Amino acid sequence: MSTIKCDIVSAEKAIYSGEVTMVVASGVAGELGIAPRHAPLITQLKPGQVRVHLEDGTEEDFYVSGGILEVQPYLVSVLADTALRADDIDEAAALKAKEEAEALLKDKTKKQDLAKVQAELAKAVAQIQAITRLKKNLKR
Amino acid sequence: MAVGSEIVTKIKSVKSTRKVTTALEMVSASKIKKAQDQMNASRPYTQKIRQMIGHLAKATPEYKHPFMHDQDGANVGYIIISTDRGLCGGLNSGLFKNAVIHMRDWESQGKGIDVVTIGNKAATTFKSTNVNLKANISALGDTPELAKLIGVVKVMLDAYVNGELSHLYLVYNDFINTMTQKPTVDQLLPLPETDEEEIADNWDYLYEPEAKDVLDQLMNRYIESLVYQGVLENLASEHASRMVAMKSASDNASDLIKDLQLIYNKARQAAITQEISEIVGGAAAV
Repeated sequence: MSTIKCDIVSAEKAIYSGEVTMVVASGVAGELGIAPRHAPLITQLKPGQVRVHLEDGTEEDFYVSGGILEVQPYLVSVLADTALRADDIDEAAALKAKEEAEALLKDKTKKQDLAKVQAELAKAVAQIQAITRLKKNLKR
Repeated sequence: MAVGSEIVTKIKSVKSTRKVTTALEMVSASKIKKAQDQMNASRPYTQKIRQMIGHLAKATPEYKHPFMHDQDGANVGYIIISTDRGLCGGLNSGLFKNAVIHMRDWESQGKGIDVVTIGNKAATTFKSTNVNLKANISALGDTPELAKLIGVVKVMLDAYVNGELSHLYLVYNDFINTMTQKPTVDQLLPLPETDEEEIADNWDYLYEPEAKDVLDQLMNRYIESLVYQGVLENLASEHASRMVAMKSASDNASDLIKDLQLIYNKARQAAITQEISEIVGGAAAV
């Protein structure tokens, strides 16, 4: 039976790589079964299973939370998302990051005081070091 | 005997400092490996996306994604990646210096500077400067997740698409090896032209649903994955830099202990000698 190479990768790690006889995935337009010599194709994936059929008749399942599937003549690539993605979820994440920045800007005093104290401490330590060095030199 | 008791206390305190620095050094040494593995694991994804974008750009010449052509926004954006904690030598300050020099260049051309920060150190540094801090995320930990970066990246991408930004840069420490980390300012947007991906046979894809939608999604993922890789590079750099800094701190502490021990021994010897001569002197007088 002919096979096709299949790579499943996410931004955080390579999930699967090997020769398979068939890849089954759920695209946004419906279930897809990719056999060797499939026409070149790019599609978005829905959250769901990606199943690969191996040459020895066994199957392996991977869960992806969306992503993109690409078919080239001798290669199927699945770019899996690591997290559930939707416009409103992304929007919420962006808002949260913005709020965090605003909160930081607001409590300027607190953090800056800390930074100031740290700087003063560093200065004091440097002074002590200078004095000890001076004393040492005087002793000799 | 009270001879040099203050020196003894001093030696004790330096010794306990050395214990801390040695422990930190060993912790960082073990974390470098893990960070490097993570870096390598994330590479295939970025490579694949880059190839696909190359394909798509050729396959759909009539549609140009906003990331690909220049925008004439009034501001320049920076995504600055730093560490959450200190005690890592000059890693952050070197990086910020590079970033600020880069920003000055743009400011002299009359552009405003927008910044989003990843990591505590960048946030506390840049909020007190005259740049606009637009978003921040910190406390990513030792195994950063891409999911946490989506927000900050989106803030910048949206600003770019809306025409507020003319350029977007990524600022991070490039991990070269344990001894060397290079402060780097990379251009993210507009996407620099790459001609490394020469596509031999020129076929077109079937698209589901539309080439445009797929390309939009790919572009976002691509930028996110680049930022994610920057975070991993910076994490490996942080551990490497901390290990080196803590090693030299431990060495300095050892030197200091040696010096102090010598001073203490001399003082003790002097006291003993003095006592003996006093006793001998006293005996002679009797």
